[in-house]
Amino acid sequence: MHSVWKTSIRYTLVTAVLLGLGYPLVVTGIAGVLLPHKAGGSLILKDGQVIGSELLAQSFTSDRYFHPRPSAAGSGYDASASGGSNLAQSSKTLVDRIQGSIDKLSAENPGLPVPIDMVTTSASGLDPDVTPDNAIFQARRISKARGIDEDRIRKLVQQHVISRQLGVLGEARVNVLELNLDLDKMTK
Amino acid sequence: MSANGWLQFALFSVILLASVRPVGIYLARVLEGERTWLDRVLHPIERLIYKLSGVDSAHEMNWREYAFAVLGFSAVSMVLTYAIERLQQFLPFNPQGLAAVGPDLAWNTAASFTTNTNWQSYVPETTMSYFTQMVGLAYHNFGSAAVGIAVAVALIRGIKRTTSTTIGNFWVDMTRTFLYVLVPASLVYALLLVGQGVPQNLKAYTTAHPLEQPKQTQTIAQGPVASQEAIKMLGTNGGGFFNANSAHPFENPTPLSNLLQMLSIFIIPAGLTYTLGRMTGSPGHGWAVLAAMFVLFTAGFATVYWAEAHPHALIHGAAQTATLTAPGGNMEGKEVRNGIAASSLFATITTDASCGAVTSMHDSLTPLGGMVVLINIMMGEVVFGGVGSGLYGILIMVVLAVFIAGLMVGRTPEYLGKKIEAYDVKMSMLYVLIFPLIILAFTAVFVLSPTIGLSSLANQGPHGLTEILYAYTSGAGNNGSAFAGLNANTWWYNVMLGWTMLAGRLLMMIPVLALAGNLASKKSVPPSPGTFPVNTGLFATLLVGVIVILSALTFFPALSLGPILEHLVLKAGQVF
Repeated sequence: MHSVWKTSIRYTLVTAVLLGLGYPLVVTGIAGVLLPHKAGGSLILKDGQVIGSELLAQSFTSDRYFHPRPSAAGSGYDASASGGSNLAQSSKTLVDRIQGSIDKLSAENPGLPVPIDMVTTSASGLDPDVTPDNAIFQARRISKARGIDEDRIRKLVQQHVISRQLGVLGEARVNVLELNLDLDKMTK
Repeated sequence: MSANGWLQFALFSVILLASVRPVGIYLARVLEGERTWLDRVLHPIERLIYKLSGVDSAHEMNWREYAFAVLGFSAVSMVLTYAIERLQQFLPFNPQGLAAVGPDLAWNTAASFTTNTNWQSYVPETTMSYFTQMVGLAYHNFGSAAVGIAVAVALIRGIKRTTSTTIGNFWVDMTRTFLYVLVPASLVYALLLVGQGVPQNLKAYTTAHPLEQPKQTQTIAQGPVASQEAIKMLGTNGGGFFNANSAHPFENPTPLSNLLQMLSIFIIPAGLTYTLGRMTGSPGHGWAVLAAMFVLFTAGFATVYWAEAHPHALIHGAAQTATLTAPGGNMEGKEVRNGIAASSLFATITTDASCGAVTSMHDSLTPLGGMVVLINIMMGEVVFGGVGSGLYGILIMVVLAVFIAGLMVGRTPEYLGKKIEAYDVKMSMLYVLIFPLIILAFTAVFVLSPTIGLSSLANQGPHGLTEILYAYTSGAGNNGSAFAGLNANTWWYNVMLGWTMLAGRLLMMIPVLALAGNLASKKSVPPSPGTFPVNTGLFATLLVGVIVILSALTFFPALSLGPILEHLVLKAGQVF
């Protein structure tokens, strides 16, 4: 018995150094050299300032921008407190929230069915994407707010559609932050 | 449901099945101590580890010695993690200056990672320093995975050896699994993940100034994510670097990274079925076990996908059917890049295997979708299951299936030449009974207590019962996924779930090793006309039957009060 404890302690220490420190530090070193942008969090800079990450949603509320999906991360889009609403399908809070958002959007956009991703919180609260339907749905509002022809906005959305990876995997999507950055570059 | 959704399932299945044979052969070579192509680099490191830790690699252990080594390593490495959590403010790699983890949470987390559960009562990005994540937690992702494989291979040796008192050397099995399997695979895999966008750095969190409101800030948590992500999936651990786990775009940024993550959960458990067939000289048996697993997996996916693709009956005016430009269905708690199909597939895989990583929030699944992922865990984590633990778990079911077949024809059952006798069946039943006993007893206590149990609920009605039932099922099954609305970061939940996870792991390993020791000591009897063959479709069917009937008999009453009731009342228009 005595020797089991001794071996366990020595073995744990040796492997903890090798696997707990050696392995992640080697990966950090290689990744930092080969893929510095991605290893560094895919940050986007504008005028020398970090405005966000390509991979993470951030808050947009004005009519002039495309809005991401609603977020349950922290008090909204908190990239240091990711998470979903965790509300059950049988939760009155959830059903009331979703139906309330749908009714509001339908009143503002009569005749258009509301894309479901527009009124549901994502799992991470940081989903950077919306569905193409969702972005197209918002084109009318942005066109009015910016005084740009709606067709041009729709065209911009089409250019930003990322299709299924390898033609099969996942779903078609639009990255909201990248779309909004290009939206700012559009002239009247 | 869409054709593309099924195409994604088909693609996943084809790649997985194609990997079984090569992975199984490689694992067998590593675990039987044969030469591999990595020997030239790794053999000196292997010998150095033995030397530094005082291991006699030629020594063969009997089952008791093996079990003591498992317990010794688990205890010591668990204490190490507890100490790191409690002292992290004094340790390096803590750029956010995170404070010490509280005692009950540190206990829960140490138990959780030691047992390959990776249940997380905490928000990692605001609780755990990089040092704690790397040395305290990701270290166990390697360690607990290797322990699972070691115990599984010890059981295979028990089946294979005749009139032997020993079942291998625990330290050698661990070391070879680390060096020849987990580390090289994780290195390559981590870099692939970085290529898809997973961060890997040690810098402090970045403060960003959002485009629309530059005066506001967004704090972007990062860290050594990719290295942890790789072993988290390969070792079926599932503990997220971030709170949202594999739903977080930094952990799982693209549909391709999602496919890789799903494959990496199943690849070792699937390969081990071939290892079983190869090491016992009965390849057909390995395939039959795999077939039983695959049938249960497919049935689970079909049901979850069907349930999640359904529109919500009480929501009107939204586009809820799938098109080329929108996935429709239940998108609460799911990410757009994965949609309904890939999210359903991931949820099925992560609960079939005792992984517990999530790309969707299981608490927000439909009642029936949530029930299937819960049942996946309740089946004992034997549908592929955890690395190693899935194989020894299903071998317990195999012993029971063979025993039942023996009862039907009135003969002493045999399994691959070994007579299955009272002791073997007793150990198997012990394994099978400990599991529901822990789950149902703890759930009952917490459901009955308003102060320590019900006060943590996020959802009311039958779903509330399911939240608690899911927590203890996940803990005992060493899964680690959650109906995460439940606030489990309370003293009572932390302490009791800690014991649940330890019992669900270590208490269940001991009967397995006892069985291994007993089988190894037996003589081999040649097959006779009365022997029930274990390499046929009939056997696979019986095995599926045993697994389904056993879990249904045990858990149906609890399920009928939880998800089944929720489904029925929701259909009737009732919300809570």
